[in-house]
Amino acid sequence: MAGAAANTGVPRWVAVGLLPVINLLAAFLVSGLVILAIGENPLRALAILLNGAFGYQEGIGFTLYFTTNFIFTGLAVAVAFHCGLFNIGGEGQATLGGLGVGLVLLYLDFLPFVLILPVAIAAAVVFGAAWSYLPGLLQAKRGSHVVITTIMFNFIASALMVYLLSQILIKPGQMSPESREVAQHTWMPFMHDIFPIARSPWNGSFIVALLACAFLWVFVWHTRWGYEIRTVGANASAAVYAGISPSRNIILAMVISGGLAGMLGVNEIMGVNHRLILNFSAGYGFVGIAVSLMGRNHPVGIVLASLLFGALFQGGADLAFEIPKITREMVVFIQGLVILFAGALEYLFWPFLVAVFGREADTALAAAE
Amino acid sequence: MEQFDFVILMLDAMLRVSVPLVLAAMAGLFSERSGIVDIGLEGKMLGAAFAAAAVGALTGSVWLGLLAGILASVALAMLHGYACITHNGNQVVSGVAINIMVAGLTVVLGIALFSRGGQTPQLPAEARFTALTWPGAEAVADVPILGALYSELLSGHNLLVYVAFLAVPATWWVVYRTRFGLRLRAVGESPEAVDTAGISVAGMRYRALILTGILCGVAGAYLSTAQSAFFVREMSAGKGFIALAALIFGKWRPVPVMLACLLFGFLEAASARLQGAFDVDNASGFVREVLTGLPFLIDVLPFILVVLLLAGFVGTAVAPKASGIPYVKER
Repeated sequence: MAGAAANTGVPRWVAVGLLPVINLLAAFLVSGLVILAIGENPLRALAILLNGAFGYQEGIGFTLYFTTNFIFTGLAVAVAFHCGLFNIGGEGQATLGGLGVGLVLLYLDFLPFVLILPVAIAAAVVFGAAWSYLPGLLQAKRGSHVVITTIMFNFIASALMVYLLSQILIKPGQMSPESREVAQHTWMPFMHDIFPIARSPWNGSFIVALLACAFLWVFVWHTRWGYEIRTVGANASAAVYAGISPSRNIILAMVISGGLAGMLGVNEIMGVNHRLILNFSAGYGFVGIAVSLMGRNHPVGIVLASLLFGALFQGGADLAFEIPKITREMVVFIQGLVILFAGALEYLFWPFLVAVFGREADTALAAAE
Repeated sequence: MEQFDFVILMLDAMLRVSVPLVLAAMAGLFSERSGIVDIGLEGKMLGAAFAAAAVGALTGSVWLGLLAGILASVALAMLHGYACITHNGNQVVSGVAINIMVAGLTVVLGIALFSRGGQTPQLPAEARFTALTWPGAEAVADVPILGALYSELLSGHNLLVYVAFLAVPATWWVVYRTRFGLRLRAVGESPEAVDTAGISVAGMRYRALILTGILCGVAGAYLSTAQSAFFVREMSAGKGFIALAALIFGKWRPVPVMLACLLFGFLEAASARLQGAFDVDNASGFVREVLTGLPFLIDVLPFILVVLLLAGFVGTAVAPKASGIPYVKER
């Protein structure tokens, strides 16, 4: 990206800032056309969406609760990207992470909260990391493509969860596949318990997510391990000449990626649901791809992109309430469009930007001479 | 005799369940053989299932429904091509985008058109593919073994079932016996060589994706207008990914891929059959655990098998060499 900018004389802010915004606008434009096509007013929809996401305290709380999930899965995709890997197993890793948290809360609830908190977070990380370890190992040692293996692991995780919740962990005497509620002292405190704000699912996991961002920033850009991972991602054969083992770093990147995705379980199980349920990963793992792409694999970008998707989720829920024709699925569609325009069609508008900003740079250069 | 009937019943269920897998896997075969990774089989199938059911419900014509399904799927395949071939976009990202977009859009449009929570109305018989009875099937049904084989297994399926299993030899013939197939395989292994020979790499890949779109379209139409009589949200339920697994398990070759689809179809049929088939309450301890866990284990067996295959424990799977890599001329 930076290389492309350097060659064409396009300023960095255009490549890093303007291009994603234009891609986003393109996705919104198409969404607007679809809303128009089903006979609703896209501007009214946008107003409801924005008001739902940011217009009142409870809405903001919901937005930030969704944001927390996207930060975890976005960071997970990003760290794998830095190693040149595509982890689309966030769903499965988050499921396992939630399972880890759930088991700790269900069976170690004799511990006080100060001990529960680190143990539960560690369980989320370890379970999530365990679920990405095998795909990482197979990629590193046997060359099995991580995209395919992580897809397969998503399905295995979801079936495992169905089995565990319908046969083993199910609350006795109940039909729906979920565990009993965990003891109240093991819950992650809600923000509205700490601060005088409106009730919402926004909870302490948000702070954990921000700490994870800081961790990723330090890890990727300020440690030897991060440097090695980025080197392998940039050029694996060059890394070998530098004495860096690609396979070790592939496994490391995948394990950290899975651990981060697993932490989604802290927000969902410990923070909000307070019991093990099915499908709490609800597509967050896939949207993490969009978050990471939009955020340019950088923690700051990821927080901003997570906020965007969090707002879409929460605003979309309000939208579904106000306009019956526009349901939550509209938001799913918009997410898909964002992934398409920000990811697969990333450079669709690039030649146009080169034409506008590149030439200006040339004239500036000519004037200087 | 009872056991024989049971076998026939299982094989029959296996065939019905395998049809969308076979069609989608052949679709994926064309795409991946041309060097385009396609994890959007799921989305194309779902989109086609919706289009076929929606148009079928609105027009009452099964053929217009099928056509709409194919067109929808081809359009999605072309979108994939536009992103991955024309703009050298990431093929996995594009596939994920298509899957998510379609999962949302089909429900949005379904609600806008029919106001039934994303479901289409029940399709009338004219808008469905109904079972075809082969000549003499009823007459020979009582003949032991052969009669049952003919009347239950060969006869009595809808048209798309036969289309699916004819698509396999057709795919084999196209891939291995035609000039198009030779170029297709070449473009997936070594696009520079194809380019040097004066054949357009992009053109070949677009053509392959059109075939992918058509086959996925038929698979989707089967789901909503043959297997069921309506569209319901998330109807493809991971079948596109199972087809992808079968494609890898069959090592990108038509006949082994079909066999993998049949195996996975058999597992699905067996799992459905096993759920609640055992008297679990009387079993105890370990046996009980095994019996309750068995259907779940069978459900995930396709995915476990593919992981084992990719890990090199069950033979080896070598993908077309150029798959996943955008072709840039200067390279």
